[in-house]
Amino acid sequence: MTEGVDKGVPVLSARGIVKTYGPVVALDGVDLDLFRGEVLAVIGDNGAGKSTLIKCLTGAEIPDVGELRVDGQKVDFRRPQDAQNAGIETVYQTLSLSPALDIASNLFLGRERVRSDFLGRWLRVMDKRGMRKEAETKVSALGIRTIQDINQVVETLSGGQRQAVAVARAVAFGSKVVVLDEPTAALGVRESAQVLDIVRQLRERGLGVILISHNMPHVFEIADRIHIQRLGRRAGIIKPQTHTMPEAVAIMTGAMALDEPSSGAIVPTGANNEAGRN
Amino acid sequence: MRGIRHLLLSSISAATAVFMFGGISAANDRITMTIITKDPDNHFWTSMVEGAQKAAKDLDVQITVAAGRDQSDADGQIQAIEFAIQRGDKAILIANNGPAVNGAIKKARDAGLLVYALDTPTDPTNLVDATFASDNFQAGVLIGKWAAASLAGKPAKIALLDLFADKVVSVDYQRDQGFLKGMGIDIKDPKKNGDEDKTGSYSGGKYEIVCNQATNGAEDGGRTAMENCLSLNPDINVVYSANETSGVGAVQALKAAGIKNALVVSIDGSCRGVKTVADGDFGAVSQQYPSAMGKFGVEAAVNQIRNKVAPKPTAGIDFTNTGITLVTDKPASGIESIDAKKGTELCW
Amino acid sequence: MPRRARNSAGNEPAAKQTVAMSAPETETMTAAEAYRRRALTPMQRIQRVLHRYPQISPFLVLIVTAAVFSFINPRFLQPSNLSLILQQVAVIGALAIGQTLIILTAGIDLSVGAVMILATMVMGSLAGYHGVPGWLALLVGLGVGASAGFLNGLLVARMKLPPFIVTLGTLNVFTAISLIMSGGRSIPGDALGDLLTFTNVSFPVGPFQMTIGALLVIVTYLVVGGALSQTPWGRHVYAVGDDPAAARLAGIEVRRLLISVYTIAGVIFGLSAWVLIGRVGAATPNSAVDANLDSITAVVIGGTSLFGGRGGLIGSFIGAITVGVFRNGLALARVDVLYQTLAIGLLIIAAVSLDQWIRKVRVRK
Repeated sequence: MTEGVDKGVPVLSARGIVKTYGPVVALDGVDLDLFRGEVLAVIGDNGAGKSTLIKCLTGAEIPDVGELRVDGQKVDFRRPQDAQNAGIETVYQTLSLSPALDIASNLFLGRERVRSDFLGRWLRVMDKRGMRKEAETKVSALGIRTIQDINQVVETLSGGQRQAVAVARAVAFGSKVVVLDEPTAALGVRESAQVLDIVRQLRERGLGVILISHNMPHVFEIADRIHIQRLGRRAGIIKPQTHTMPEAVAIMTGAMALDEPSSGAIVPTGANNEAGRN
Repeated sequence: MRGIRHLLLSSISAATAVFMFGGISAANDRITMTIITKDPDNHFWTSMVEGAQKAAKDLDVQITVAAGRDQSDADGQIQAIEFAIQRGDKAILIANNGPAVNGAIKKARDAGLLVYALDTPTDPTNLVDATFASDNFQAGVLIGKWAAASLAGKPAKIALLDLFADKVVSVDYQRDQGFLKGMGIDIKDPKKNGDEDKTGSYSGGKYEIVCNQATNGAEDGGRTAMENCLSLNPDINVVYSANETSGVGAVQALKAAGIKNALVVSIDGSCRGVKTVADGDFGAVSQQYPSAMGKFGVEAAVNQIRNKVAPKPTAGIDFTNTGITLVTDKPASGIESIDAKKGTELCW
Repeated sequence: MPRRARNSAGNEPAAKQTVAMSAPETETMTAAEAYRRRALTPMQRIQRVLHRYPQISPFLVLIVTAAVFSFINPRFLQPSNLSLILQQVAVIGALAIGQTLIILTAGIDLSVGAVMILATMVMGSLAGYHGVPGWLALLVGLGVGASAGFLNGLLVARMKLPPFIVTLGTLNVFTAISLIMSGGRSIPGDALGDLLTFTNVSFPVGPFQMTIGALLVIVTYLVVGGALSQTPWGRHVYAVGDDPAAARLAGIEVRRLLISVYTIAGVIFGLSAWVLIGRVGAATPNSAVDANLDSITAVVIGGTSLFGGRGGLIGSFIGAITVGVFRNGLALARVDVLYQTLAIGLLIIAAVSLDQWIRKVRVRK
């Protein structure tokens, strides 16, 4: 699962990210590295700062302190479009789809294609037919076959289908990094499997994938490395091969701590701990 | 199923409203005409309409009633004129809300309709076939003269309660400026309220204009305006109110302030106004006859349509004067007036 | 063995359970699937069509209304009367264009009439009192509209104040400025010159008479309507109204878009002022008292949702004409003006009820 990971320069890296909301400290100096061709899962209890971290990485929020690098170059994301321009696509927990618009419109929302003729160049008339065709191709390329009509309006789709559209959008435009925030939360067994398939495809294509999930089985099935977020900080990075799910959960809740965050050795922290298994 | 019921219910109620309150106007050779007043609820206009409707009934004529939304709504009057033309009416009686309707009046006459002006002459006056009016300026002059005479040389502290602050309407400046003229004060521009000297001499002595306040012609507006004026100067002894409704409100404010001997004058001649004279709260009012205007207008129009006889204006002026009378229980010498009892017989 | 088991490769067997993009197989269906695929009743078919083309319902209301009135008074259908209706709704129709744009972004503009009057008085004063040439006064008037719209947009987008409250405030501000500037006086048409009253000039189109003003309004509908449906900007307007958070995350500059919408609406209100001057034949500060509510009425009857993201200009055009048809029809039937107001109220309720009924449809599989 981890062959082909390019261990050179991380495609996305963050150092010392701090984000506060008034008196609330959401992120207290977080580091993160993501390499090409790998799936990095981010797990953590509620309030640990996972979603905030993601937003800081993708331009939806601006960190108070901290440095972001894409392929080694320093970047400064002031708004979501900056991250998109840098090749980072995100599927947020709320999906950010426009319910009243159809699938093709949503896919191309914010980057509509304009006709190549006079109407397009001078009057900015959209190439609706072209976008519709492309949307059909992209959606079916993902193996998503439950969507009958590309002209359907998004609010008439089921939760799983909407997720599929949101994922299709990120996959279609992501060139370096795709970030998925709880992509299987609303999905059934079959659809979740489809999403995980897509994540594998992305990894094979050489992109870096960040996956936030509460679903431990999924995480352990697919992740190359697992970034554990706790109380606004990175509590450690583990690998599915070297640690177990109960250990991961223990670190998440603080019952156990990593001796050295990168070495992987575990020590219990206090009274309620389970015995670790090595 | 629920949806269909919804739909049917809504369409039926809409259609019922139309059928119930409308009338199928089949083509018939009854004479049809339209009367367009300035606003739909002022008592002055409603009595004009009543007079017209009664005359129409007596003459077997169908009359449609329309009005501007308020005294400055020319839009609505233009629409009403257009509808009259479309309906195939033979005549329009209109109290115009300003020169903006002139274009529409011309269209109506070009289409062969008779157009008479009621109460407010058009500008120019020969735009219409005939005019039935009473002179609002003259109405103001009468009460102004009465007030000046009744003061008997005392210095006058005057409160002017006009109609509107946010629009300029002919009846507003005609009555106000007429009153001041009647008092012998230099009115400067006769089409503008409030441009007079604040102090000076009137025909009987010294005057001071304390305030020009707008009441919107309403009773509560009259009360508020009077209260504002009293805070500026509690010794006001002459109060002009542009219409009786606002005047009644002003009287309440005076009573609340304990002022008993201010001279309050107004114009209209409604039954309520005349009663206020009888009660001693109004000193005098100029009485107009809107109902007569309506009646004469309809009769003349029918006469012209049926018998081709055009109405003749009152001698010396270019309109038919429907008359103004001063109503007071305290007549001033040299000024003709009738008492409140007689006024009640003629009121509307 | 459950029907939906995976095969050993971890993939699902070919399309039996899913409704794939190709034709569905029908031999082995569950009862539920059979229910889902039942033939639609005619009523449901109608509902479906109406759902896809939401302009049909206001159009139907218009046709029915017109039919009823032409039955009551045959004069209704005369070309001169139909032309009259168009002229009478021209101003409200123009205002409805700007109002639609704003309502599509889930906003609302209560200062619509006030902006128009402000532009009217500025144009009128410049041309009538200061001898400014007509075309320049017109341009300044449009600029005034744009600035007023820009101010509204700025307050909504940057200060994040609710549009209802912002425009309630600016309504009073603009009205006051107009009155202070004009002193309540109107400026008659002769003083304004030919260009400003040009919108009143009428020309025959077959048996109908059309005014330049009405033509201008129709052209504006076409232009703005085209921008709304065919350009990215137009699509972003819908997206921002539908879900501003999603729009922002998709990379749309929500603030900039809102400001552009309010400003463009302001220019259109300035254009409406030009049409108004032609119609009334003067620059009056007290015209179109009900313009604010009338413009919202036209938009609502036309099927645009007050919650944003749904609807369009065609609907508003139909809505404006429907109100005009109603007033005209009732007037021809000699119905008292007060009952006209009642009828329009019933019309609004009926139109919105119909619209709600249609929206209850879920597109069935």
